[in-house]
Amino acid sequence: MKVNGVERPAAADPRRLLSDHLRHDLGLTGTHVGCEHGVCGCCTVLFDGAPVRSCLMLAVQAEGHEVTTIEGLAAPGAALHPVQQAFHECHGLQCGFCTPGFVMSVVGFLKENPNPSPEQIDEGISGNLCRCTGYASIRRAVQRAAELTSLSPSGERAAELTSLSPSGERVRERGEER
Amino acid sequence: MTTRWFGARVPRVEDDRLLRGQGRFTDDIDEGALESCFVRSPYAHARINSIDVSAARAMPGVAAVYTAADLPFGAVDLPLLIPHPNLTHGRTQKCLASNVVRYAGEAVAFVIAESRSMAEDAAELVEVDYEQLPVVITPESAAEAHHLVHADVPGNLAAEMTQEVGDTKQALAAAPHRKRLHFRYERGAASPMEARAVWARWSEPEQRLTVYDSTQSPTSIRGGLAVLFGLPESNVDVIAPDVGGGFGPKIMLFYPDELLVPYAAMQLGRPVKWTEDRSEHFTAVNHERGQVHEVEVGFDGTGKILALTDDFIHDAGAYTPYGIILPIITAAQLPGPYRVPNYRVRFRDLYTNATPTSPYRGAGRPHACFVMERTLDAIAAEQRLDRVEVRRRNLIQTDEFPYPLGIAWQDGNQVIYDSGNYPALLDRAMEMLGPRPAGDHVGKGVAIYVEGTGVGPYEGAHVQVLVSGKVVAATGIPSQGQAHATVWAQVVADQLGVQVADVQVISGDTRRFSWGVGTFASRGAVTAGNAMFVAAGMVAEKARRIAAEHLEADPADMELVGGQVRVKGSPDKGMPLAAVSVLANPVRYAFGGGTEAATQFSSKREGPPLQSGDQPGLEATGYYSPPGSTWASGCHAAYVRVDPKTYRLEILKYVVVHDCGRVINPMVVEGQIEGGVAQGIGGAFYERLAYGEDGQLRNASFMEFLIPYSTEIPEIEIDHIETPSPLNPLGVKGAGEAGVIPVGAVLASAIEEALGVAITEMPLSPLKLFQLSR
Amino acid sequence: MKPPPFEYYAPKSIDEVCALLSTLEDAKVLAGGQSLVPLLNFRLARPAHLVDINRVPDMAGIYERDGGVAVGALARQAAVEDSALVARICPLLTETMGLVAHRVIRHRGTICGSLAHSDPASELPAVLLALGGHVIARSTRGERAIPAAQLFKSVFETTLAPDELLVEAWFPALSGAFAIAEESRRHGDFALAGVVWAAGRLALFGVASTPVLADHRDPTKGLHPSGDLEATPEFRLHLVKVLTERVLAA
Repeated sequence: MKVNGVERPAAADPRRLLSDHLRHDLGLTGTHVGCEHGVCGCCTVLFDGAPVRSCLMLAVQAEGHEVTTIEGLAAPGAALHPVQQAFHECHGLQCGFCTPGFVMSVVGFLKENPNPSPEQIDEGISGNLCRCTGYASIRRAVQRAAELTSLSPSGERAAELTSLSPSGERVRERGEER
Repeated sequence: MTTRWFGARVPRVEDDRLLRGQGRFTDDIDEGALESCFVRSPYAHARINSIDVSAARAMPGVAAVYTAADLPFGAVDLPLLIPHPNLTHGRTQKCLASNVVRYAGEAVAFVIAESRSMAEDAAELVEVDYEQLPVVITPESAAEAHHLVHADVPGNLAAEMTQEVGDTKQALAAAPHRKRLHFRYERGAASPMEARAVWARWSEPEQRLTVYDSTQSPTSIRGGLAVLFGLPESNVDVIAPDVGGGFGPKIMLFYPDELLVPYAAMQLGRPVKWTEDRSEHFTAVNHERGQVHEVEVGFDGTGKILALTDDFIHDAGAYTPYGIILPIITAAQLPGPYRVPNYRVRFRDLYTNATPTSPYRGAGRPHACFVMERTLDAIAAEQRLDRVEVRRRNLIQTDEFPYPLGIAWQDGNQVIYDSGNYPALLDRAMEMLGPRPAGDHVGKGVAIYVEGTGVGPYEGAHVQVLVSGKVVAATGIPSQGQAHATVWAQVVADQLGVQVADVQVISGDTRRFSWGVGTFASRGAVTAGNAMFVAAGMVAEKARRIAAEHLEADPADMELVGGQVRVKGSPDKGMPLAAVSVLANPVRYAFGGGTEAATQFSSKREGPPLQSGDQPGLEATGYYSPPGSTWASGCHAAYVRVDPKTYRLEILKYVVVHDCGRVINPMVVEGQIEGGVAQGIGGAFYERLAYGEDGQLRNASFMEFLIPYSTEIPEIEIDHIETPSPLNPLGVKGAGEAGVIPVGAVLASAIEEALGVAITEMPLSPLKLFQLSR
Repeated sequence: MKPPPFEYYAPKSIDEVCALLSTLEDAKVLAGGQSLVPLLNFRLARPAHLVDINRVPDMAGIYERDGGVAVGALARQAAVEDSALVARICPLLTETMGLVAHRVIRHRGTICGSLAHSDPASELPAVLLALGGHVIARSTRGERAIPAAQLFKSVFETTLAPDELLVEAWFPALSGAFAIAEESRRHGDFALAGVVWAAGRLALFGVASTPVLADHRDPTKGLHPSGDLEATPEFRLHLVKVLTERVLAA
């Protein structure tokens, strides 16, 4: 099976879930497991480009297919993918456990809905649970991700955008004497 | 000193790693570890006649199977964490049950194997001969005590406590009006997205135990493991790596796995790990929120409260590891921001055959707020007064601080509100709420709360400027998503005049900082934040001293700005903070990095290179110990619409006005509030722990325990007011739990008006509203 | 939890599937897996054999047949949702897809799998029933059509024989008024109660052990719904009346 563009071995045991194969056999621990019954979405990966629940697939089913995990969105040290960048700008994550699942779901969602309305965004992320954020910042992140993606359909411009990340230069200063 | 970062919406330093999937949660750690699972009781109350693990032990791939009989500590009761004189009949469970199980989910055996799959296969072969016993499941049946959860605890009564301020008997009798009210709050569960997990390794050559644990208190776990296994604390390392949400149940210790996984690692000579699955999380991890209240209130014709008594029972679950902190909090927080001149509160902490209870975000305050706010609504309804006006009339005013309540607080002190502006909260909330939306079946809800935050005993921080000029800071308390690394970096960067990005914060790792208490009770910013302030301040003072010496200036004239230590008003008369760090450590051998400047022929000092009482390095360790809690507050208000046919809830508008004193990072606080409100909405209208009469949980899965999705949570408008805390240097108050506390009260108030039915219980649902409307 | 042990087969042709189903005792078919794998993960389903049909080619067709739309065993719910052909011929089916779980689930879940699973609270069986569609079942013994009214037997139980594979579902063309409405607790949840109005017929779901046809003038007649955590029988009956009123008014 191809994972993030690289041929990786398939699972030996047919009852090995794809989520466990990715995490423990291939060392790609960015995909998380929250429930193993398909409700929380933490385990979402792209399967032949479409978001699916990896906890509801047997690893052997992925043989011959292409899986993209969160680690495959941006090369190490390279610029963040626009969806990742947007989540950062909008404080769309707190503990980070549900985040890879959200990001992969949103990547898939924006491919099918590049210019979503607020209602469509709400619907589009309604299959993922978050216990930390209360979703408002995630909705804002999806909105922002749509803007960033429309700036750069293939994500190239995200390189410029990482200069906005937390080195502090862009921060609003208060300069208040105490 | 310029505060460049304090109050700024600094984007999080944690994000890049987490967004790339480079987070490190406990289950992410393998390193050749054996995996494990539990055998848990399916029954809520049963005698164990025998346990046969022979078939399980014989399964291929199984490394060990433990029952209580196999453990040197098998007969030891797990610690009772918070003793209290009123907790006369406290009980804790054993690591593994072998005699009696008292709740469905109680651990009976522990199976360790090459994989979780094999462990589960083997666990199915463990045969336990259970003899079922009568079950006590509701708080009411616990009070009736036809059956006992513990044979040696009469009446199922773990503790009883009565407190009184003033003379309620007389005041009630004299009051022009009186009302009796009954309220019921059902159990809830925090349900963080990351279930619990533990990983442990024992190094025989080093005699060193290393544990990774998805916990809110690594220092406490470390202390307990050292005691239990007879190891010096310095040989035990406990790390909370990335933790996927805590919300309270991960401050509970010890869960049996926290002892069994390290023990197995020590016995089997290989690392051992255990990761909970979602189903077992529902019964294995502590709950909260079960209480029943009987209130009597006396008031006058203007709606002013003259006296209030509350007699409530608290559902402890089967054991009381966390003592009686929860009902103490409820008792103390019930009056809230209101003046209750005569107040009497009695609670009974009762055992039930259910999962034990310990704090879940809010920790006793949601119930207190619900009871008080519903009572005020009832008064307003009876007297035909405006609900908002009745609240205004009862609020504590700004000139009444410090305001002593006369009731005991959870830190052993008395409740004394330090600062606040409750009328301003209410006024601003009403302004933000605006006019009622048009349409039928619309209701308005409002609730005001206070929250005791920032309890002690203390937290500490170590701050160090490296020779590179970068800063590292460490504290003992871990983060579960609250952006500690960013927020503490802001505090430290302000003190040292550097960029936030130049400050790396390590937290929750006893190898880096081993003193501390934990992350809970909205205390992080107050305790660890101020400890960071203290430690960074000590470093800044040392930097000024060393630089002044070197530059032949007065330390009082030095300032730290832009990574430099320089004379105020003379920007060219300064030196880099990095250089100061070098000078702080007199060396014989210059090993590069500018250390030549600190060698014997380069530096100009007279006397010993390291002066008496001084330490090498530009670093310091500081502590902050609060004199008492500091009191945050807030007001939530909402408009809702309830569909009169389907009883579906639509939240039309939800506003929050929040006061947590000075705010270090408003973006982070707003995120906490939004998350808290969502948990409150979930707990009020969607989530419910459905216990059958047999004490079995019917809905132990995300399919049936209904955590809201985005479609169920509205946008929220948030505003802040700031009444700084006079109790700590930063002037901050806690913010972590605030979002959840009044939500039940607000929604109950609004739904009551929308539907015209009395709401006296939590949680609600379309079914419940349908039944109440009949 | 992790799935219990099972023998796994990934046949490459439909004949191989049928041969396996005819010889294996206690086998379950794995198509989308969105209903079956959770049951495996909970160890509530413990089949000795798992026959994964995802490697069989030419099973995902969505095509026009006999004036209606036929969908093959591996036609994913998302593909049906996006299909212009389905939208033209049977818009009720298109609209229904938006109510089925969440889009991510629909990327894997299949129409035929949902029908074979026969969850009384799911939408697709009720839609098939209201429309008067049928399914094609195949085994080594041949092929047969099973009309909707004879397919759904009880909770999670159809009249498919253990050796039969559901290879196609057929939905008649629909012109004219239709509506589907349900009450669920959260977006995408199973319905507490639901109604489908199509071709002058009313079908109910979530209120009996299978979807049932009802008289739109008296929709709760003869209905004895069960109770669960989120709805009592009385509440279900109430919702049926409310939902019927709504779809007929629309």
